[in-house]
Amino acid sequence: MTSGRAQGGAARRWVPVAWGAAGIVAVALLWELYKFVGPSEGVVIGQVEGEAGSGVLILPRTHDRAMPHIWTMIGRLFEPTSGGSTPPLFVSVAQAALLSLGIAAVGWLIGVAVGMLLGLVMQRWKLLEWGLLPWIVVSQIVPLIAFAPVVNAIGNQIDRGGTPWPQWLSVAVIASYLAFFPVAVGVLRGLEAPDRIHLDLMRSYAAGYWPTLLRLRLPASVPHLLPALRLAAANAVLGAVVAEVSIGMRGGIGRMLIQLAGQASSDPAAPWGPMFGSIVLGLIAAGSVALIGLGLKNYRRGEATA
Amino acid sequence: MTATTPTTDLAVQATGVGKVFPTKAGDVAALTEVELEVKAGEFVSLIGPSGCGKSTLLRLIADLDQASSGELTIFGKPARRARIDQDYGIAFQQAGLLPWRTVAANIGLPLELHKVGKAERDARVAELAELVGLTDFVDRYPDQLSGGMQQRVAIARSLAARPKLLLMDEPFGALDEMTREYLQGELTRIAAETGAAVVFVTHSIPEAVFLSDRVVVMSPRPGRITDVIETGLGEVRDEALRESPAYFEKVTAVREALHGTKVERANER
Ligand SMILES: Nc1ncnc2c1ncn2[C@@H]1O[C@H](COP(=O)(O)OP(=O)(O)O)[C@@H](O)[C@H]1O
Ligand SMILES: [Mg+2]
Repeated sequence: MTSGRAQGGAARRWVPVAWGAAGIVAVALLWELYKFVGPSEGVVIGQVEGEAGSGVLILPRTHDRAMPHIWTMIGRLFEPTSGGSTPPLFVSVAQAALLSLGIAAVGWLIGVAVGMLLGLVMQRWKLLEWGLLPWIVVSQIVPLIAFAPVVNAIGNQIDRGGTPWPQWLSVAVIASYLAFFPVAVGVLRGLEAPDRIHLDLMRSYAAGYWPTLLRLRLPASVPHLLPALRLAAANAVLGAVVAEVSIGMRGGIGRMLIQLAGQASSDPAAPWGPMFGSIVLGLIAAGSVALIGLGLKNYRRGEATA
Repeated sequence: MTATTPTTDLAVQATGVGKVFPTKAGDVAALTEVELEVKAGEFVSLIGPSGCGKSTLLRLIADLDQASSGELTIFGKPARRARIDQDYGIAFQQAGLLPWRTVAANIGLPLELHKVGKAERDARVAELAELVGLTDFVDRYPDQLSGGMQQRVAIARSLAARPKLLLMDEPFGALDEMTREYLQGELTRIAAETGAAVVFVTHSIPEAVFLSDRVVVMSPRPGRITDVIETGLGEVRDEALRESPAYFEKVTAVREALHGTKVERANER
């Protein structure tokens, strides 16, 4: 009985993987299909005769500089990054992605810690929820590109003041700024998830705040917490990549993407390397959080009703 | 952690207890002038139409809500003190098990919260699982149990700290008739074995009569006690009792007390 169930579970786990693979194949096929049938210069409407750049492009160009073949992109991964004896592109991409991932992970950890603390505090004192929650929501409206240079400037000041503040730390802080929000909201909702009956029972056991938090509120918050952690991971990666670019930190995948995109007219397949790299980065981040979910799967059981 | 020794032989004593809920639409008098005494070891049912304040009275005894007027003592102490001393165990219509805990961990929760050592806790949990007939299921999770089994876990949990008073709010209300009758039999056996007093809320007349030494009849608007009926059915509560004339007689008595003049009026028309 148990083995049958386990097999069924394993089969079910492969279904999303199969769909994911099918999706990638479908995108690749569409890309090549459009490249094959679409006009080389795209479709432009409202063009004025003899005036270059006029009109609106409604379908993209399909020539090799605009849309390299999938196999050209993949082949490019194994060629030197920037000619000569530089390492193959995929190695550079992997190194850059790893650096960005590390920074995003630090940002995620800071964001999760801050978010949890805010969620706990807001659940404990209703007055703080009133006072804090609106600001937390407003904080996410401030655009990252406006906010990033400020963090960078503060970081540089601290660094000059004697306390070492490497640039990557600024990037991590900016990433955490995007990561903390879903966690704060998720934890707040999660801690308030227990049913009235469970709270009554804890009261009947004369359990105070901490025992109730540990034995009831935190475990009950897990189903709300996991999606929040996943969202925070995606936000941290996005934040790290954007922050790298906007404060000009070297070595990460965001910076690499911008650099190679600048050379796209002469080397059109190159920017696709870091593009794939950032997709893999996102998958790894989401996958790591899924692993946490696996460890907490007992907390995702529901009580069957009769 | 065990219940402290009773200072009186009264498990519950309510004198002039009232409860008013302030709501936006005005005050709701959920209970007025409740006089109730439950002796140690006695089985008392509260019965009445919904909204007559049965749950409210039970929650006052459990110190989950506070009375607006009157005096309420549990084993001679204020309700709050009795709650902190774990003098009562409580069970509701929903089992209210923690889904992430096994049956054993659910039963042991009150003991865990009161820092009972692991060895003692395990022994007590095994004993309770045996008592409710769930020894083979202690490692299961609540979602792997039927509703009736979940309710038995909830009852075992309510007994964990060896309370001398059991408070139950329609614990069998969501179960099918077969399971219900079976658990009624089990409950009378458990109550007799543990010697605990029971305050049992129900809206089923046969259930109240089958289980109780006394049936307290309540009526709504405002919630109050209108009648108390001694069943006098003795110690043994078995299936034969359900067929006996004495039992039917008491069922009729409770029904009449419950419907009062309303039944007669319906007949007159
Ligand atoms: N928390 C509350 N706030 C306001 N009114 C309540 C509250 N709890 C119960 N009541 C009211 O008190 C009355 C008695 O409720 P209750 O004790 O639940 O009845 P019963 O359990 O007999 O069905 C009802 O009119 C109900 O609406
Ligand atoms: Mg009720």
